[in-house]
Amino acid sequence: MAIVTGKQVGLTGNSAIAYAMRQIDPDVCAAYPITPSTGIIEEFSSYYADGQVSTELITVESEHSAMSACVGASAAGARVMTATSSQGLALMWEMLYIASGMRLPVVMTVVNRALSAPINIHCDHSDSMGARDSGWIQLYSETVQEAYDNLLQAVRIAEDPRVLTPAMVCMDGFITSHAVENITLLADGEVKGFIGDYKPGRSLLDTDNPITMGAMTLQDVYMDFKHEQSMAIAGAKEVVVEVGSDFGRRFGRHYGLMECYRLEDAEAAIVVLNSAAGTTKVAVDELRKKGKKVGLLKPRLFRPFPYAEIAAALKNVKAVCVLDRADSMNGFGGPLFSEVRSALYGLASVPKVMGRIFGLGGRDYTVEHSTAVFEGLYRIIETGRMEELTGYLKS
Amino acid sequence: MKKEKEGERDVPPGGVIREAGSAHGYSTGGWRKLRPVVDSEKCTNCLICWVMCPDSAVVVKDGKMIGFDLEHCKGCGICAAECPDKVKAIKMEEEG
Ligand code: SF4
Ligand code: SF4
Repeated sequence: MAIVTGKQVGLTGNSAIAYAMRQIDPDVCAAYPITPSTGIIEEFSSYYADGQVSTELITVESEHSAMSACVGASAAGARVMTATSSQGLALMWEMLYIASGMRLPVVMTVVNRALSAPINIHCDHSDSMGARDSGWIQLYSETVQEAYDNLLQAVRIAEDPRVLTPAMVCMDGFITSHAVENITLLADGEVKGFIGDYKPGRSLLDTDNPITMGAMTLQDVYMDFKHEQSMAIAGAKEVVVEVGSDFGRRFGRHYGLMECYRLEDAEAAIVVLNSAAGTTKVAVDELRKKGKKVGLLKPRLFRPFPYAEIAAALKNVKAVCVLDRADSMNGFGGPLFSEVRSALYGLASVPKVMGRIFGLGGRDYTVEHSTAVFEGLYRIIETGRMEELTGYLKS
Repeated sequence: MKKEKEGERDVPPGGVIREAGSAHGYSTGGWRKLRPVVDSEKCTNCLICWVMCPDSAVVVKDGKMIGFDLEHCKGCGICAAECPDKVKAIKMEEEG
């Protein structure tokens, strides 16, 4: 239920996403409930039951089937959406690659939740991080407002003829999905005008122009298809910027590849995704009051990874801590750490970069944690020594 | 789509094949180890082999079974097995 004050509406992340889906009114939505994303499809089902959308809502028996139905519907030329979390995303694995390889612009909300075992329903990014190489575009959202805005933009990005690639919009389970935040909604007409109609270049149901999809490819061409796909996803970066600026021009909220918060003259910086960025901003403000030059880099687009832009944004920082809400389990630090650190490698003077795994299974990340990380970065700047390159942030 | 560079093939995004029936142009006959041979003296033109062949490689003209499309027949032997017991007009022979 919405709490309305002036132009602002109090909505949970899930309600805001369901509201956006009603406004987008996709042709097909195939979904299976899983905590903490259940609320999205639950509310969307109410819109469906009340006749507020023209969507074909397919209630399937598993997430594997949900993504399979999305693949089929998208191949038929429909605008398709779904939502999931954690094990649900894991069960979709096989089909994620089919959707991206067949270049089907399915749009999915991923409400980030830890993977079992041990079972846990709370936030971390091991679900979407595990799918980072599946050929989907990944947008991360700090707040309910960003999740809402990102979903609308994801439709345009995914469906852009230069991109034609599925996209997931990620937000933190419970922290964002279940917390009520004041946000500004767009009018239905504004949404329609912004996303436009989907004009698929091909459809399996077009019997006048029969096509084959999903055919076998062997040694002679498989690699060329993958190369073509990889180039198209890399090109999505440009489209993300274009769509973000158009959104800003129309509605006043501007979006790019990342958000740099008080980073301009920063000596020490934290890089972190999603809601923890909000907490970090509070720590940045407090430390700035004490004269510390600290800042934050919050990547918005993680796939394709804007490595050059991230390197440029961090080039004058002396020490960086990359916080990962997922462990690569014996990789070199978390996934965000290893990619950010690798991105910085080519710089003339490379900042010192450490990585910390935090917040797994919904463990709190507080302003105190953030402040302690900045203090650790200052110790590195002062002594020139880093005691622990990668590790877990616990307290 | 990007322009073709040397050593690279231009491929349709998503592997979409826009031409219907294009599999006909792909020769699979080379996979065959056994070749079906029909004895037209025995054949009663019941066309069971034509129905059962998974590769549409039995050639029928004017309601008569006239042989095999050896560009596509993979030599599975289904036609020979399905030809009625009383007739058994198809034999599978080693490819030379
Ligand atoms: S051997 Fe198999 S593929 Fe060849 S004609 Fe007979 S049934 Fe068809
Ligand atoms: S199944 Fe045997 S009898 Fe019938 S058409 Fe084929 S070869 Fe002739």
